[in-house]
Amino acid sequence: MTSSSLPEAPSPTPIPAHGEGQHASHNLTGFVIFLLSESVIFLAFFSGYAILRLAALDWLPPGVDGLEWRMPLINTVVLVSSSLTMVLAEHFKGKEKLWLFRGFWVLTMAMGVYFLYGQAVEWSGLKFGFTSGTFGGTFYLLTGFHGLHVATGILLMGLMLYRSFIPGIYAKGEEGVKATSLFWHFVDVIWIILFVLLYVWRA
Amino acid sequence: MTSTSLSPEPPGSWRRYFGFSTDAKVIGIQYIVVAFFFFLVGGLLAMIIRGELITPASDLVDRTVYNGLYTMHGTIMLFLFIFPVLNGLNNLLIPTMIGAPDMAFPRLNTAAFWLVPVFGTLLIASFFVPSGPATSGWWSYPPVSLQNPSGYLISGEFLWVLAVALSGISSIMGAVNFVTTIIRMRAPGMTWFRMPVFCWTALAAQSLQLIGLPALTGGALMLLFDLVAGTSFYRPEGGGDPVLYQHFFWFYSHPAVYVIILPVFGIFSELFPVYSRKPLFGYVYVALASFIIVGLGLIVWVHHMFPSGVAQWMRNLFMVTTMLIAVPTGVKVFAWLGTMWGGKIRLTTPMLFCIGGLFNFVFAGITGIMLATVPVDIHVSNTYFVVGHFHYVIYGAAVMGIFAAIYHWFPKFTGRMPYEGLGKLHFLLTFVGANLNFLPMHPLGLMGMPRRVSSYDTEFAFWNVLASLGAFLLGVSIIPFLLNMISSWVRGPRAPHNPWNAIGLEWLLPSPPPEDNFGEHVPTVISRPYGYGSGEPLVENQAQIERALTLAEATR
Ligand SMILES: [Cu+2]
Repeated sequence: MTSSSLPEAPSPTPIPAHGEGQHASHNLTGFVIFLLSESVIFLAFFSGYAILRLAALDWLPPGVDGLEWRMPLINTVVLVSSSLTMVLAEHFKGKEKLWLFRGFWVLTMAMGVYFLYGQAVEWSGLKFGFTSGTFGGTFYLLTGFHGLHVATGILLMGLMLYRSFIPGIYAKGEEGVKATSLFWHFVDVIWIILFVLLYVWRA
Repeated sequence: MTSTSLSPEPPGSWRRYFGFSTDAKVIGIQYIVVAFFFFLVGGLLAMIIRGELITPASDLVDRTVYNGLYTMHGTIMLFLFIFPVLNGLNNLLIPTMIGAPDMAFPRLNTAAFWLVPVFGTLLIASFFVPSGPATSGWWSYPPVSLQNPSGYLISGEFLWVLAVALSGISSIMGAVNFVTTIIRMRAPGMTWFRMPVFCWTALAAQSLQLIGLPALTGGALMLLFDLVAGTSFYRPEGGGDPVLYQHFFWFYSHPAVYVIILPVFGIFSELFPVYSRKPLFGYVYVALASFIIVGLGLIVWVHHMFPSGVAQWMRNLFMVTTMLIAVPTGVKVFAWLGTMWGGKIRLTTPMLFCIGGLFNFVFAGITGIMLATVPVDIHVSNTYFVVGHFHYVIYGAAVMGIFAAIYHWFPKFTGRMPYEGLGKLHFLLTFVGANLNFLPMHPLGLMGMPRRVSSYDTEFAFWNVLASLGAFLLGVSIIPFLLNMISSWVRGPRAPHNPWNAIGLEWLLPSPPPEDNFGEHVPTVISRPYGYGSGEPLVENQAQIERALTLAEATR
């Protein structure tokens, strides 16, 4: 359908049903499949964390008495709200109010950057490292791997923001925005699970 | 109108096989050729291993070298031969079978392929680093894999983990592509239950890649950190758990066997009908059984860990789930037998490979049930019984199925006919060699010969000599295969569009197909596949399409 509006590509007959010709939605299908697969790696890390923690005799390394949760809680609130601002941005894109879309999109990006900043502040104040037993190892593995996804999400948003200034692209239906937003919600959901596992779960 | 001869694509220069092509048919052949290069490397290692084992003493190579040999043999054969060769078949067959012009993401496809030589080089390079290659077996269990006695950062083990992780990334890229292509790019009229079984099994196998591989990649990442960054995920002295790695490893590597064997089931399901001139018996059940195998295949991995100190309830549970897999697999076996039953069987090279492969598969299935049984498994664990079972599955069934596929679709994608005489010789040597090589491993295992040793008691000598002779026969069997492939591709007789009289969209394309396959003129599918003997056409205007193809062949 999207391709039939292109003047330079007069496809003779619209190919029905599961035929080819809707390239944009291939991208979205492929991206969703990738995300499903990507979630398994988090599942592996989460279950590895749980198994190691349940089996540990002394979970906390000497000199460490648990994790400070206030800063991460603020981070959680910021990240969850950024999913909402992203929904708003998409809503305005649907209404073709491009400037409102860009506004909320940039706000979402800023919240993502704030999240990373909060994470960096938390890391720099910690008394244990990556090699401090399985506690330190899993902590930095989980938060670091998730942080990489947040950074990727911000980069994707930047790319979409740039593309929104190229004339014509958004009028034809921009699947990249949808994919980025799916990715961002995914990163958000992963964080909530991670927060529960790392900070809420007390021995 | 429907004439595909309107745009006669030039066959294309051979040079495109050496560059970054985005055409799935070129990439498919690139995959297969690169895979067979590594097959020769892995095969050479196998020859040295069996040469060492022909005498009880450890006299051919050093013990440490021997550890490196079997580790690299297993790793190369799985990650550099069998997965790439299957991805090659996927690239050739999926788009042509469903009538798509190419894969959904051609550039992703190119990138996935070119990662193969990259991680292949990394893995082969480990022979030349000061520490030598990885020596902890293809599964790379800690704590053995974490020892790094040489102390170098760039150790064989380091390169092993890197290569496996890159292989995982390449396979995920491939899987995303194959699944999207099958879901979204089927020809008009090709509903799910009009899709060839090979595509069903490819979809099932690639779904397993998507679910399983991230777990292995995650587990391997943690292994890498333990190895180079000083973490202790798997180091008991730091509170870690080596068995955790085994869970990650087998959560993927058991399903990996189905990633390998499911497409081979697909090949069997395509070929038995062609060479028996009968429809596939129980098509719907064969198609759906693939997904039952996927579901069950994801919950059996602990059967590799019965002696690893897992709870008794886990042993019982995973014994039962493992045995249940025999049900959907049995459905398929009976479907193939039912297809052949009363059919007009043509014993061509591909058919011989299918029948031989099926025979070996049934044998491997029986020893598989034995291995699933906890008391038997604990008895034969880490013996040659396991090695024998595994090689019956991988070489006896999967590799023979892959050879069947190569002979069957060779004319389609090269435009040349392979030689039957050389093909049958190849089959004979392979079938006899495989059985002579792998059958003696079973009595050896039952007698208690452990795997991964370069010397053994003299009582094991008789069966080992037989196995080694079989291995050398397998080594020889590759000669007629390579001769056949090279000479028939260069100067074999020109292939018509449908030399085997087969039914399927790919056989309605010229041999070799033009770059965009059907292009704009994708035929509309109007019936189920495998309509042998019914005379029912597969697509609209089939007679016209075939007439145009025959005409084009007569005038070329
Ligand atoms: Cu298994």
